[in-house]
Amino acid sequence: MAKPMHETPMLDELESGPWPSFVTGLKRLAKDKDYMVDVLGQLETSYETRKGYWKGGTVSVFGYGGGVIPRFTELKDENGNPKFPDAAEFHTLRVMPPAGMHYSTDVLRKMADIWEEHGSGLIAFHGQSGDIMFQGVKTDKVQDAFDAINELGFDLGGAGPAVRTSMSCVGHARCEQSCYDEAKAHRTIINNFLDDIHRPALPYKFKFKFSGCPNDCMNSVQRADLAVIGTWRDNIKTDEELAKKWFAKHGMTELVNDVVARCPTRAIQVKELKDLRQGPKISTVAINDTHGLEIDNADCVRCMHCINVMTGALAHGDDTGATILCGGKRTLKIGDLMGTVIVPFMKLKTDEDREQLVDLAKRIVDFFAENALEHERIGETIERIGLVNFLEGVGLDVDPNMVSAPRTNPYVRTDGWDEEVAKMQAKKKAA
Amino acid sequence: MAQVEAPVAPAKPAAPKTPRRAVESGVPDNWQFLHPLMKKNYGQWKYHDRPRPGVLHHVAKSGDELWTVKAGTQRQMDVWTIRKLCDIIDKYGEGHVRFTIRSNVEIGVSKWEKVEPLINALESAGFPVGGTGNSVSMIAHTQGWLHCDIPGTDASGAVKALMDELIDEFRKEEMPNRVHLSTSCCEINCGGQADIAIIVQHTKPPKINHDLVANVCERPAVVARCPVAAIRPALVNGKPSLEVDEKKCICCGACYPPCPPMQINDPEHSKLAIWVGGKNSNARGKPTFMKMVASGLPNNPPRWPEVVDAVVNIVNVYAANARKYERMGEWIERIGWERFFKLTGIEFTEKHLDNFTHATTTFRSTTQFKF
Repeated sequence: MAKPMHETPMLDELESGPWPSFVTGLKRLAKDKDYMVDVLGQLETSYETRKGYWKGGTVSVFGYGGGVIPRFTELKDENGNPKFPDAAEFHTLRVMPPAGMHYSTDVLRKMADIWEEHGSGLIAFHGQSGDIMFQGVKTDKVQDAFDAINELGFDLGGAGPAVRTSMSCVGHARCEQSCYDEAKAHRTIINNFLDDIHRPALPYKFKFKFSGCPNDCMNSVQRADLAVIGTWRDNIKTDEELAKKWFAKHGMTELVNDVVARCPTRAIQVKELKDLRQGPKISTVAINDTHGLEIDNADCVRCMHCINVMTGALAHGDDTGATILCGGKRTLKIGDLMGTVIVPFMKLKTDEDREQLVDLAKRIVDFFAENALEHERIGETIERIGLVNFLEGVGLDVDPNMVSAPRTNPYVRTDGWDEEVAKMQAKKKAA
Repeated sequence: MAQVEAPVAPAKPAAPKTPRRAVESGVPDNWQFLHPLMKKNYGQWKYHDRPRPGVLHHVAKSGDELWTVKAGTQRQMDVWTIRKLCDIIDKYGEGHVRFTIRSNVEIGVSKWEKVEPLINALESAGFPVGGTGNSVSMIAHTQGWLHCDIPGTDASGAVKALMDELIDEFRKEEMPNRVHLSTSCCEINCGGQADIAIIVQHTKPPKINHDLVANVCERPAVVARCPVAAIRPALVNGKPSLEVDEKKCICCGACYPPCPPMQINDPEHSKLAIWVGGKNSNARGKPTFMKMVASGLPNNPPRWPEVVDAVVNIVNVYAANARKYERMGEWIERIGWERFFKLTGIEFTEKHLDNFTHATTTFRSTTQFKF
C-alpha cells in the first residue's frame, strides 16, 4: 500500500467518458507506489496552473550517451525542496520496437514485470518516433531497468543529435500491398547505425522510416530524413475472380465514381470487353460478362488508390522495390519540407540489395555529419547547398524523376552544357 | 523494555559493482513475435476485406485466412492494463498482437468464430473496437505535462477528451475516408501532419529570466535557432544575456528548448490552433501539408471543451459534404478554401496569409474561383 493520494479533482474528470482513461491507470499504479502518488500530484498541479514542471538533465546507462530522457521536477517549495518528493525524478527509457511493432503476450508480460519492479509501471506503446517508452524511473534504477530490458533482447533507441529509432509498417507480415521486406530492411539499416544511435554526435537528429507501399502508413515522406517507400515498375496485376466479385458487390456507379474517376492520371478506364486493348504496358481485367477495366501502366503513377479499393482484384506488379526520399521534416527552422526523391527506384529483394541501401545510408549520414550546420536537418542542408551538390556529395546521379519540373529561372551557369549532355549520354550507353 | 541491539561491526565498503556492459543488439528480430499465420504467409498475402468495422480479414495466396480485431488504447498504459490486454489476447486471441502507429492494438485470430468473443471481451474490458477503414482513428499524440520538458499543454488529457466525443466515429466506418488526428504540445509538432491537428500556438514573446541565461544557455546556439533572427546577445543588468526584438518575434518557442530561461509557455497566452488537410499517402492526390485554419482557442484543462467543439464541427462538416474517398484536404481542394471557411463558420483573417518561406506557393494566381 502506498501513501494516501493527493486530491486530483481535475484529473478525476478524465476518468469519465467511454474512451480508455490513462488517469485510471495512473491511479491504479498509485495504489502500490508512492512514486505514482506524487506523479499524480505534480500532474494535477500542471492541470491547475497550466504549466509543465519537468526539466532535462544528464542520465544514461553504462557505455551509452543517449536513449534515456532525464526528467527532474522543477516544482519546488520556498526552500527549494520538491513539492512531490517521491516524483522528483521521472526519467524515460526509449526502447526500440521490433519492426512492425509485433509482440507476443509473453514478452509484453515480461516488460510489464520489469517495469513494475524497477520503474513506475507506466509504458507507452509507442512514442512518435516509434519507441516503446518506459516512462518513469529514478536515476538509481535506470541501469537495473535497462539491464533487464536488454537481457530480454531489447535495446535503447535514439535521443538528441543522433540516428533515431525507426518504424516500419505491418508490411510483408500481413499486407498484400507490401513491395519489399520492410522488417528486414528496417533491421538491417538500423542495426548498422547503432553507434550513431547510442552515442549522439551528429549535427542533429536523423530519422529513417520504412513504408511498404505508396500509402506510406509510416508517414515517412513528411517525417523521415530518409524515407524508404515501396513501389514497383512493371504492370498492375489483375485477378478476374476477385474483380468480378468486387463488381457484383459494388456495381457500376461505385466503379465509375470511386475507382475510375479517382485515378489521378486517368490511367484506368472502364470499357466493353471487345474494346480492351492489349500491349506490353496494358493491364486488363473483366468485371462481368460485358465490361472490363483497362489500365495504361505508362500513365500510372502507382498512387495505390484503385488497388486500395479493389484489393486483390488489382495488385502491384512483381518488379518491386522502393523509392528513396531524403529530407522530410516539420517547420523548424526554414519551413516544412517533404522528402525529395534521390533514388527513384531501388531493388530491395536480396541481402546484396539491402547492402546497397546500407551503403547509401552511410554515405548520406557521413555527408550529414560533415556538412550540416549545428541543429540543421538534412533537408535544410539540401535547401542551403542545393540538390546538385548534395547528390554529388553522396555519389548519386541526377534523374528526371527527382523533379516535378525543371528550373523556372535562368540563374545558372550553363557553360559546360554540352559536356553534361555527353556525360548523361555516356551513362545511358553504359547502363 | 526496549531491546538493546548488539553492536554491529562496521561493514566493509562493498567492492564497486562492475557495471554490466550493454549488448548492443539494436532492433530485435520480429520473427519471434509474429502470429504463426504471418510467418507462414510472409510476403504472400493476396487481398483483404473488412467484414465489419474494427475487423480486417486477410487472405493469403495459400488460401489461409487471418482475422484481425483492432481496438483503441490509452497509449500510456499501466502494467495492469497491459496484463488485462494480454489476458484477453491469451484467452480469446492467439497470443500475438501488434500496435499501430496510432496506438491501436491489432489482435490476429485464425478463425472467424473467434472474432465475436474477442470483440466482446475487448469491449467489456473498456477497449473500443474500431479504427479501421473510413473511421476516425485514435489520435497520434505527444507527451505533454506528464513527461515533456517544454509542453504548453497536456496531450493524453486532450486526447481522452476528444476521443470520448469521437468514439462513435472510431467504432463506425461512416466517414468519407479515414480521418487521422494528431495533437502536439508545442509548435515543434511531434504529433505530426494529420487530417486535423491540434497544436499549441504561443501568442506572446518569451519572458526572459536574465539572471539564468549566462549559466544555462549557449547564447550563439540560441541566436542561431530563431527562424526570424529576432534574438541577439545583450548585457542586461551587467550580465551577459539575450534580448528579443518583440516586433519581429513570431512566438514560435524555438528558443525555449535550448534556453529554458526564455519561458515561452504562458497559462493564458499559450493558445491552441487547429490545422487541417495534411496527408502522407500518395493515394489519389500527392502528399500535402496541413494548413492552419483556426487559432486562439483557450488551453482549457481538464477537458478542453472549446477545442473539442471546434474539432467535432470540422469532422461533422467534412462528413456531411465530402464525397466518398476524399480525405479532408482533397475535399477542401475540390470545394475551395473559401467554401471551407463558409461551411465551417471559421472566420478567414489576415493571420491566414502565409508570410514565411514558401509563402507565395500558397497564394492564388488564377482567376479560377468557385463563386
